[in-house]
Amino acid sequence: MSEKGMSFREWLDERLPVTKFFEDQLLKYYAPKNFNFLYFFGSLALLVLVNQIVTGIVLAMHYKPSAELAFDSVEYIMRDVDWGWLLRYLHSTGASLFFVVIYMHMFRAIFYGSFKKPRELLWLFGMVIFVLLMAEAFMGYLLPWGQMSYWGAQVIISLFGAIPVIGEDLATWIRGDYVIADATLNRFFALHVIAVPLAILGLVVLHLAALRTTGSNNPDGIEIKKNRDLVGIPKDGIPFHPYYTVKDLYVAGLFLTIFAWIVFYSPEMGGLFLEHPNFDPADPMKTPEHIQPVWYFTPFYSILRAIPSKLGGVVAMGASIVVLFLLPWLDRCPVKSIRYRSPLFKIALTFFVVSFLGLGVLGTKPVTETYTLMARIFSVIYFAFFLLLPVFSSVEITKPVPERLTEPVIPLAKREGFQWRLIEDGIRALEHSPFLAGIKQLLSKLLGKNSGI
Amino acid sequence: MIDGVDNEKRRFLTKTATMVGAVGAGFLAVPFASSMRPSAKAEAMGAPVEVDIEKLEAGQRVVVLWRGKPVWVVRRTPEALANLVELDGVLLDPESDQSEQPASSKNEARAIKPEIFVAVGVCTHLGCSPVYRPDIAPADLGPDWKGGFFCPCHGSKFDMAGRVYKGVPAPVNLEIPPYYFVSDNRIVVGLDGEKV
Repeated sequence: MSEKGMSFREWLDERLPVTKFFEDQLLKYYAPKNFNFLYFFGSLALLVLVNQIVTGIVLAMHYKPSAELAFDSVEYIMRDVDWGWLLRYLHSTGASLFFVVIYMHMFRAIFYGSFKKPRELLWLFGMVIFVLLMAEAFMGYLLPWGQMSYWGAQVIISLFGAIPVIGEDLATWIRGDYVIADATLNRFFALHVIAVPLAILGLVVLHLAALRTTGSNNPDGIEIKKNRDLVGIPKDGIPFHPYYTVKDLYVAGLFLTIFAWIVFYSPEMGGLFLEHPNFDPADPMKTPEHIQPVWYFTPFYSILRAIPSKLGGVVAMGASIVVLFLLPWLDRCPVKSIRYRSPLFKIALTFFVVSFLGLGVLGTKPVTETYTLMARIFSVIYFAFFLLLPVFSSVEITKPVPERLTEPVIPLAKREGFQWRLIEDGIRALEHSPFLAGIKQLLSKLLGKNSGI
Repeated sequence: MIDGVDNEKRRFLTKTATMVGAVGAGFLAVPFASSMRPSAKAEAMGAPVEVDIEKLEAGQRVVVLWRGKPVWVVRRTPEALANLVELDGVLLDPESDQSEQPASSKNEARAIKPEIFVAVGVCTHLGCSPVYRPDIAPADLGPDWKGGFFCPCHGSKFDMAGRVYKGVPAPVNLEIPPYYFVSDNRIVVGLDGEKV
């Protein structure tokens, strides 16, 4: 660097700790060396957040938060504003993918025990961000003022009415009217574009600060800070920059490819990302035949529907989120990563994931007796996971945890369990099959004989 | 005590000042929270609505908007009225003791005139508007269905008098608004006849 450049940097550093900040956060922040693909979702969440803020600002320039004009202004964005359709689809697709990314991020934390001591606060900040994100998405969904916007908000705000004594007054206070009306739309707009995003940004800073304090967990669930070299650098750590910035950028490229495909080819995702009844303007006289929240709320919505009591349903739905907050204290197993935990935990986690996905699918279906019964079974499994966790996690028989980090992904040959042997046999059979040989031959013919395949 | 500084006193003053400040902040929060209540304009809305039911055939329903909510007016058939009596066993509150209705409508048919049924078309569960299903024993609602209202959101069922079935999420019967007959074929929804 030239002398002039150096002096400017020194001038800056004397007034603002720019160099120190980048060193602390990137160059001298040592992350475990064996991150696998489950570790991309944190940075992807940040990427989607930026997308939501940037597209949201531009959309707010054209949108009108009034019951009279809202629906038309969204259509105006779609048809008359230059590139308006793209900005709106980026925003709506981003909302759904935000939840895909966050659910994967949360699953990773449960899978590798990232919520456990000393990362309880990190988990709690993350959970608050998750709840705020749900509030943000819910309020944003009212803004297009379509049928699903209107009736979805009607149902969710009525949930507060189930609270004894103060419930009805609270729901009226939230709506600002006795029904969902112009006042509700206007305040949801204010909360959606100012209050909640500000709170989310603040909590992201806290989440990252807590992460920098404890350091990242890893697929082996062991603390890399325990093994340091002579200068105090963790032996199993690598600088976040350039190693993980480059890795994250590569995955960001893959992610944005999928994102772009959805935006250009399937922005409604068959009614999953943008629901069909929402293309009708809000009508307070008529509820759509099948009302359902957007897909990312359906697991919790299924729990609400499964219980044949107004207050009971609301309490169960609230509890299904509250138990997630308590996870660091419910799981008493000292071993973090699933790699070294008992088969019991693996089975319990599988049941939990299946019940969560099952509830999600059921929440998109109309109410029938069979579906209600299934939703009840899945709800019981959902809560049983959290209730039984403290019992079996304290007596679990775990495997010995290694001193140093191992592979990001355990090779097939090293895995224990008959299912992996089956997969191995399958791959071996495929390798020797005439089908694969035929494909190889065809490829080499197509690509020319010199290609070497 | 160092150099004549009374630390005890300083701490006391700091604490009391903080507490007084917190109370002040609490008072300041009132206008912010109160501004979110329904405005005077929203409260003034809700003028009574007049409905003409002359052309309403037996079994038909009209929907009018009152205070932003759908209000149904149904002309019930004699069969539907006869069926009401049979359902008592499967209903949660057949006598309508828990539900909201004007005194004039607290009876078997939940109406001033049995054949004309007026109700707020908002499910007492979570506020969806139930679907009018006067058909007897349709495939989706089962052979025991005697006609009534079905909420598509969470599956609550109400009979032809808006009384809720047992074992569904809705906790009480549909609300009956205050209304009265101006003449044989005209109803005013939103005002109680005795108070006019």
